Amino acid sequence: MTVAIEKPDTAGPVEPEAPARKALKANRTTVVAGILVAWLVLFFVLRGRQTLTLATADLTDLHRWFNDVNDSVGANRNSNPLFLYFFNEIRLVIDNLVTFDQHLISQPPAGRPVPVIGWLGVVGIAGYVSWAVGNWRVALLAVAGFTFFGLQGLWQESMDTLALTVSAVFVALLFAIPLGIWAGLSDRFNRIVTPLLDFMQTMPTFVYLAPLTLVFLIGPASATIATVIYAAPPAIRITAHAIRSVPETTAEAAHSLGATRRQSLQKVLLPMSKRTVVMGVNQSIMAALAMVTIAALIDAPGLGKTVVQALQSLDVGTAFNAGLAIVVMAIVLDRVTTAASTREENARRSKNRFLKWRTPLLGAGAVVTAVLIYLSHTYVWAADFPGDGTVGSHIASAADSVTDWAQDNLSGLTNAIRDVITNVLLNPFQSLLTDSPWWLVGMVLVALAVVLGGWKAGITTAVCVGLLVGTGVWSDAMTTTASTLVATVLVMVLGIVFGVWMGRSMLVDRLVRPTLDAAQVMPPFVYLVPFLALFGATRFTAIVAAVVYAAPVAIKIIADGVRAVPETTVEAATSAGCSTRQIITKVQLPMARSALTLATNQGLIYVLSMVVVGGLVGAGALGYDVVAGFSQGELYGKGLAAGLAIVLLGVMFDRITQAAARRTGA
Amino acid sequence: MARKWRAGAAGLAVLGLTLTACGGAKVGDDSADSGGSSGKCGTFNLAVNPWVGYEADAAVVAYVAEHDLGCTVNKKDLKEEIAWQGFGTGEIDAVLENWGHDDLKKKYITDQKTAVEAGSTGNKGVIGWYVPPWLAKAHPDILDYKNLNKYADRFKTSESGGKGQLLDGDPSYVTNDAALVKNLKLNFKVVYAGSETALIQAYRKAEKNKEWVLGYFYEPQWFMSEVPLKKVALPPYKKGCDADAAKIACDYPVYDLDKIVSAKFAKSGSPAYDLVKKFHWTNDDQNTVAKYIAVEKMTPEAAAKKWVEANKDKVDAWTK
Repeated sequence: MTVAIEKPDTAGPVEPEAPARKALKANRTTVVAGILVAWLVLFFVLRGRQTLTLATADLTDLHRWFNDVNDSVGANRNSNPLFLYFFNEIRLVIDNLVTFDQHLISQPPAGRPVPVIGWLGVVGIAGYVSWAVGNWRVALLAVAGFTFFGLQGLWQESMDTLALTVSAVFVALLFAIPLGIWAGLSDRFNRIVTPLLDFMQTMPTFVYLAPLTLVFLIGPASATIATVIYAAPPAIRITAHAIRSVPETTAEAAHSLGATRRQSLQKVLLPMSKRTVVMGVNQSIMAALAMVTIAALIDAPGLGKTVVQALQSLDVGTAFNAGLAIVVMAIVLDRVTTAASTREENARRSKNRFLKWRTPLLGAGAVVTAVLIYLSHTYVWAADFPGDGTVGSHIASAADSVTDWAQDNLSGLTNAIRDVITNVLLNPFQSLLTDSPWWLVGMVLVALAVVLGGWKAGITTAVCVGLLVGTGVWSDAMTTTASTLVATVLVMVLGIVFGVWMGRSMLVDRLVRPTLDAAQVMPPFVYLVPFLALFGATRFTAIVAAVVYAAPVAIKIIADGVRAVPETTVEAATSAGCSTRQIITKVQLPMARSALTLATNQGLIYVLSMVVVGGLVGAGALGYDVVAGFSQGELYGKGLAAGLAIVLLGVMFDRITQAAARRTGA
Repeated sequence: MARKWRAGAAGLAVLGLTLTACGGAKVGDDSADSGGSSGKCGTFNLAVNPWVGYEADAAVVAYVAEHDLGCTVNKKDLKEEIAWQGFGTGEIDAVLENWGHDDLKKKYITDQKTAVEAGSTGNKGVIGWYVPPWLAKAHPDILDYKNLNKYADRFKTSESGGKGQLLDGDPSYVTNDAALVKNLKLNFKVVYAGSETALIQAYRKAEKNKEWVLGYFYEPQWFMSEVPLKKVALPPYKKGCDADAAKIACDYPVYDLDKIVSAKFAKSGSPAYDLVKKFHWTNDDQNTVAKYIAVEKMTPEAAAKKWVEANKDKVDAWTK
């Protein structure tokens, strides 16, 4: 559930004079403190009034109206021309695309007992393509990774996942690149499309999963479209960003040389932004892989299904094995696309003496790959992966024994941690939010937004608060906000500790980074079962799950920020006799301030994207509402409203933190 | 030099692979065995709802349909609501274990007329409040709801706001717990775990560490064979006592789990329909297969095969 929101623009208004600025900052802190004190006082006076609580099974008129709309779509689907001639055609095209890909690598087509290309062919293609677009190192990684799927005993499942991912990313890019270019060229279109993309990325998938199957039926088309909705936005954003970051002088030069709009796009803008666009493809793939387990809920084939099924019988080992395959696939695809984005530059720089042999070598590679494909098409040993996946069962039993050990030995400690954080931090904060009158919380939020982010952020916040009240799930939204903010605080604590450590030592960075990658793509449910044993079905479990998912992003951003502090500055401080602690607290962290605010922004958005997962392990509130709406027809409308509430919270916090980031970054 | 060496190695590798390949079996050599059984059954789209008991039903029916009737079975993993939706769109032929769901019956059988009932599975579904066995043993009187308030303090957790905790599971399950707690004047709060996984994990841990857990659970369920939970008696169910959802103060009825098929499938004359209609077994049968899958970690196919081979007489009754 990657949420990529563009880095806030750090180039803000002109910096005020240093003393004035300091005064302003001190002033702002006092105002914030004042607001909070006023809130506390009013809370004790007005506690429990106008809190807009709604019982779990109760509905509002809006929720019932959503239900009616949903039902009437279902009842009229077979007679409505929109369905007959539009949605059904889209479904057919996408179904055919996915089925074609599956027949190629994962599912036997009619008349053949095995797919068209067997394992040897797929491994060959993976290696060859990785080498052609990247370098030989990532090619080796790809070959090793793909062979690993076979050893795990998950060859077919992995290929199903790959087929679905490739199809979804292909469809996503088909729309995303042109839309991204448009958004890059036109400010107006960019303004229209940005909130839409926010919506697509923060609306929980559970909300539109059931309607999707109504419109596009149960099958590959629905799973692909669900994935596309989630995977296209990062590619659109990054493409637009890439076009925008081409230096204006270059574009102007092309214009003054008499290039037409089309020419300057084709010959200047696109080639110059190619590298960043490839990163968009990368983000799109990662987002698609994050959807693997969710798409399995509407019968998408592949690794997600293995994870979901194993967890019905709490089989952590099997789920972990399949989760590991997803992680390996993500890491391979990530490294290959990253290498692809930097290849030309690296090749130019290195002046490799093999360069002139590249073309003949590529040709030779193609021939070898073709032979491998032929073999895997024709011979059984190259078509079916040999062996019975013993490596997989070893991984599964190792994961099982680690979980058992942790559950037996750590649960006393973990319960203590849970109780302290719940009683000291979460419960008081939650009752402050849920037991205050709604208008009081609303006013506090708007006031904080104005002070921290300015008038524009204040207006956005006011609109969001109004709409939140309109969704009818205000009280649940406040419960979720409390957990979200506590999780964000924990994310930032981890982010600063590990970020600084990694930023200061390249060795630590290299050791920790793969773990962070794994934490981001491992399907949450795999580690949630042991967490449930450690912390029980509580809000705290949900918070921990969110922290595991969101902390890596914050850590990476802060590590990069700390590393970006000029070395000379650090050296100067060292020679002036500063201790390590002083260097960190007085030099590196203050200078990485904009990285810290960006990390807060991203940490918060990532935590919010785990709200629904939290609902599955005891968080209640909005997450539970969304899950319940997905499972019970009568609660569909409420689930949709809760989904909208999550989007509103996301937009509100995003705008406030981004505005605040612009101010501190200035 | 290096390049020549590399090209040479590649050439050798290709040659080697091609040579070794000549010894291997060719794809399609044994296709005569696998392609023969298309029969008159055609494809059979079977919904698989996400709990192990259902998976056991589906595994056995699919196994018999494939091996005895020659059907091509497409199992689709879906939640109830989406599976029922599939009756109308033709994506689903049968749902094998339906727990009441009067709302869905009204929508799809009465109103949209896309689904019809296909009789009982023979399984009796029991829903209720359960405690781990150690607790029932240590405090036998806890198995009566009247004594629950006495122990409410012991059931307190970080989530239950000072009251005792009643843990509920997956939101798709039929539940009146919030109304029950209120109408029976219990000093408890319903806490929504949100998934069956969370619920089972809570009970497993409670039994192991002797913790106090009261929660919503149901039978037939594979987990009962690992930890035989004990049911708390609520005021007995009488017909009509659950008419007004807000005023319910009685236990859940015993559900006669039944099968639902799409209207089209019922009229198709497919032998798979006859199989679904005649499919009938006991809670013990289902628990056996569910245990093979969940505890012994067999694949659903292997579990079905083992059970079918040991229960030829029952299976024969379905296919005659």
